[in-house]
Amino acid sequence: MNRVESLFRSLRKSKRCGVIAYVTCGDGDTVRFVEELEAAGADAIELGVPFSDPIADGPVIQAASQRALMNGTTIRDLFTIARAVRERSQIPLIAFSYLNPIMRYGMDRFANDAAAAGIDGVLITDLPPESADGTFRKAGLATTFLLAPTSTGARIRAVDRASRGFVYYVSTTGVTGTRSDLDPALITRLAEVRAKLRNPIAVGFGISRREHYELLRDQCDAIVVGSALVRAIEEKRSPGEALRGIVG
Amino acid sequence: MTALPDRRGFFGEFGGRFVPETLMAALNEFESAYRRLRRDREFRRELDDVLSDFVGRPTPLTEARKFAEVCGVGRLFLKREDLNHTGAHKINNAVGQALIAKRMGKTRIIAETGAGQHGVATATACALLGLQCVVYMGEVDMARQELNVFRMRLLGAEVVPVSSGSRTLKDAINEAIRDWVTNVRTTHYIIGSVLGPHPYPMVVRDFQSVIGREALLQLRKKVNRLPDAGVACVGGGSNAIGLFHEMVKHPSIRLIGVEAGGRGPGPGDHAARFSGGALGVLHGTRSMVLQDEFGQIAETHSISAGLDYPSIGPEHAYLQSIGRIEYHDCNDGLALEAFHRLSEMEGIIPALESSHALGWLMRNPMPNAVVVVNLSGRGDKDVPQVAAHESR
Repeated sequence: MNRVESLFRSLRKSKRCGVIAYVTCGDGDTVRFVEELEAAGADAIELGVPFSDPIADGPVIQAASQRALMNGTTIRDLFTIARAVRERSQIPLIAFSYLNPIMRYGMDRFANDAAAAGIDGVLITDLPPESADGTFRKAGLATTFLLAPTSTGARIRAVDRASRGFVYYVSTTGVTGTRSDLDPALITRLAEVRAKLRNPIAVGFGISRREHYELLRDQCDAIVVGSALVRAIEEKRSPGEALRGIVG
Repeated sequence: MTALPDRRGFFGEFGGRFVPETLMAALNEFESAYRRLRRDREFRRELDDVLSDFVGRPTPLTEARKFAEVCGVGRLFLKREDLNHTGAHKINNAVGQALIAKRMGKTRIIAETGAGQHGVATATACALLGLQCVVYMGEVDMARQELNVFRMRLLGAEVVPVSSGSRTLKDAINEAIRDWVTNVRTTHYIIGSVLGPHPYPMVVRDFQSVIGREALLQLRKKVNRLPDAGVACVGGGSNAIGLFHEMVKHPSIRLIGVEAGGRGPGPGDHAARFSGGALGVLHGTRSMVLQDEFGQIAETHSISAGLDYPSIGPEHAYLQSIGRIEYHDCNDGLALEAFHRLSEMEGIIPALESSHALGWLMRNPMPNAVVVVNLSGRGDKDVPQVAAHESR
């Protein structure tokens, strides 16, 4: 079974809230960061493909993408990093990207090369389910689509149908980035959305403090921590320590 | 020919709606409001009144006899969008969308701008309708279009400098989208060109198509026939689609879009998407995009801020792919030459954007032909930049 799917199955069984950690490929020693994050309690890793025009990202991940591109990172490094992680670890890996780099690489070619490199799932920020075909699924990859506070009932159903593995709920209207407070409407809204889903649900965007994790851990199947870790990397601190500070 | 775009917003394989989920509901809301309002008599009357009494439509069609001779063109007519209030065609779309936003109950408007013309038009429409206005503009563009920055501020808009990436139009759109994702419930994003996710390429085209409708009527009165050719510059492509939309259905009319050839054909030196681009997705739409082999968006250059953009409206990509419109480019130098010639010979200072259409015509004679060029904007905004460029 696909590693993403089995992770969420076992999280449900053990009634535990999983932790997904995001890092931008090529912003520092990504393979080492993944090891550190796994040791610090991450259940899965999102590997971000840097893009020149990341419209869904706030300043922290924008800067990381810029650094990674300046380092000469390309989509091929995603596969290199995944293969290196796979030599030592079975942690589920989810490719997180904008559509253009994947289109340019070739959707089929990407799906096959990702699966071959040991990647388990794909999440494309600017690819809504109605524009996606079965390419990734055919290659055995989990496909995650986004839901947002603005999603209507019809869209919740469409996203659920198209997703395999889990659905990613965006906690607030906005871009990625650390926030001191979560959206006050989040918990109520999350319960409504969750009741309509067949798939497990992960919540991301803004989760950067221990109290966020405490608030959410009984409300969803997993949380995603991104900018707080990327900022630690930017400031030459350990992303593993940063993750422990939130979920440890 | 069936009406395009299709229900999902595609022109053939181009177009569509490639955005983060947060925006999907707002795009659906905008699309249904637009589809309802464009058939609403009261709305159409309100728009027509604004266009005639505030914008100053119809704009004249001026014959340029001396410039035609220099180009080797039979008879040359300029569609004078430069004579619109605020000095360019951008106002046609800005007032249309601002009226829709108001009907949708949105209180805050955001916009991006390159040359500043769309920003000024949006700030003007917002002042007229009492809407709050925030305009995103790249720092490079703010420096080369200082006058327009000051105009927007005079009109009560907040101008937000964008310092990321190439600090031009592309980056201003990135920031505007980030704002929209954050404030989507109260805010309408007035995109200024035939770009972005569905329904923008359709809505902006429809609001700009008044240009071609008027031009064909005016030409019939003057010469009692259709033109042989229509020529317009193409950044995102709104002034070109505006002129061409009514002409596309007449196969005898040759249609020519002129892109920015910049300093030359090298990567980063131009904004000629058809000669240097590949199929891609940028800012919510699938079209021809200047990019590297790994799908990173390329930097662009043009002397004209309004043409300095790595992608092109999806309907242009479609019309190019079926061979209905031909696209060529005009470099910085030739555009500057046309800027001077038209000013001296006809008493009309054209925008640097429109100068690209004129520059192409100077090198491509069409003897005996009746040609319409869209003079999409006036060049007052470009005078300080041209002066600085030439004193170097």
